[in-house]
Amino acid sequence: MIKVQGLTKRYARTVAVDNISFEVEKGQIIGFLGPNGAGKTTTMRVLTCFLPPTSGSATVAGFDVMEQPFEVKKRIGYLPESPPVYPEMEVVEYLTFVGRLKGISGADVARRVNEVTERCAIGDVRYKLIGKLSKGYRQRVGLAQAIIHNPDVLVLDEPTAGLDPKQIIETRELIKHLAGDHTIILSTHILSEVEHSCQGVVIINQGKLVATDSVENLTNRLRGAEAVALEIESANGPLNQADVQQRLEQVSGVSRVLPRDGKDGRLMFEVESLQGQHIRGDLARAVVGAGWNLNEMRSVGLSLEEIFLQLTASEKGKQ
Amino acid sequence: MKNIWIIYRKELKSYFASPIAYLLMAFFALIFGFGFFTATRDFVRFGFMSQMQGRNMPMNVNEQVIRPLLGFASTVALFVIPLITMRLFAGEKRQGTIELLMTSPVGDWEIIIGKWLGAMYLYLCVLAMSALNIALLFGFGKPDWKPILIGYLGLLLQGGTLLAIGEFISTLTKHEIIAAAVTFFVCLLLWLLSWFSAFDNSGYGSVVNYLSIVTHFEGFAKGVLDSKDVIFYLSMIFFGLFITSRSMESWRWRA
Repeated sequence: MIKVQGLTKRYARTVAVDNISFEVEKGQIIGFLGPNGAGKTTTMRVLTCFLPPTSGSATVAGFDVMEQPFEVKKRIGYLPESPPVYPEMEVVEYLTFVGRLKGISGADVARRVNEVTERCAIGDVRYKLIGKLSKGYRQRVGLAQAIIHNPDVLVLDEPTAGLDPKQIIETRELIKHLAGDHTIILSTHILSEVEHSCQGVVIINQGKLVATDSVENLTNRLRGAEAVALEIESANGPLNQADVQQRLEQVSGVSRVLPRDGKDGRLMFEVESLQGQHIRGDLARAVVGAGWNLNEMRSVGLSLEEIFLQLTASEKGKQ
Repeated sequence: MKNIWIIYRKELKSYFASPIAYLLMAFFALIFGFGFFTATRDFVRFGFMSQMQGRNMPMNVNEQVIRPLLGFASTVALFVIPLITMRLFAGEKRQGTIELLMTSPVGDWEIIIGKWLGAMYLYLCVLAMSALNIALLFGFGKPDWKPILIGYLGLLLQGGTLLAIGEFISTLTKHEIIAAAVTFFVCLLLWLLSWFSAFDNSGYGSVVNYLSIVTHFEGFAKGVLDSKDVIFYLSMIFFGLFITSRSMESWRWRA
């Protein structure tokens, strides 16, 4: 549905996006991930024909953004970072305007407006001025605006930024419901959002592509190693943290041991294994064998957050 | 075509949903009304005086009341126009709605012309306030309506030119105040150009004089429809809208 090849966008002095390529299948939700200033918004603006690329190409639904921008624009719905609403308009009035602007014929506009107000749960504010709406409602009006012409592709730039936790959950649910009918690209710098709602993920940093994969593959790839949290207590007398750490490191298959804050004489550690090694049994035996109490042992998965940090850090290392 | 209409309707909505349209109309009505009152009072007084002195001076409402008033209206318009055009693009940029317009299947030209027509409509509404005054003259006298019509055509063309220039300036910034201030100074400059060359008959002076907005209006105020002036205004309108589209295009590449 979306195909980006060797996309580069250069501003006067900076390179915002540097040779990015990725593809999105029909009906997928793709998370576009990166820290602030990574080039997410720029890439989205190229996809929506707002900015022309410096080099490389991007096609949406088979149409090139440079060659046939009108065809692309007809098939894309875009919610920029701040919803593009007119505060002096009422919600229905605004949606009607956008609908007609996107080329919906006069007879269908009212029906579509009804559908999207229902879908985005803004029916109760339909006749309110947008300027008087709260941030959460305004965001939903922005989302309604993006889907009014039933586009093949939805591009959402940080759709949950600045919302309260309840609104974030509602917006995520809404986006999930939209998937299937639409191919969705959403950008975010919050990783849990990608874990929650996306099938694929494209990670960029400083304008460069770091990784592109399905969320599952990516977590698995980096999670081949096991991470275990331990809480250890001495059976008699105080315990020396360095000793315990040393003992744990001697267990075969352990790649590193990280001390964590413990309380009341109990020690906490996080132990990571080497690729494909199972260490929990050996760890437990080692602790008990040394005469300490093993209060707790649980596995901690690597979160996307850590994966992200690892990926971007290793990129930096290569440079 | 349909898109121009959609944009135009949206602009009207924005103007008339905010106080700006009513404020401009009210202030213009007030100032023009003041001018009208002074002009008619002096006209009547002058008429009495010439009768008392037994000399029957030829009196002409068109020449002595309407013509100076139209010139007055064209000057007041200089102050009104920056306030009409300032928000055209600067407002869209500030609100971020420019992203909506430019990612919709609408051509740049359609946006520009739609907005310009919206601004023209408001300008027309403002001018209509003066027409109320002029209409009174028909109740008490028999002014010739043709020169009045031509005068208003001139006001419209002059306004259209300045609105096009103001629209261009509005694309350059996202601050409405800056757009208004710059537009005002440019309008003022185009107006002052005629002073600059008043006593300068060199080729250079006549070029500067030609570019002045007001020199082309004088004919219209007299009720003379000169195709040279019409073409000047129309080409200036086109030029203004053209550089607006260039500015939008360059903005797309730079931003």
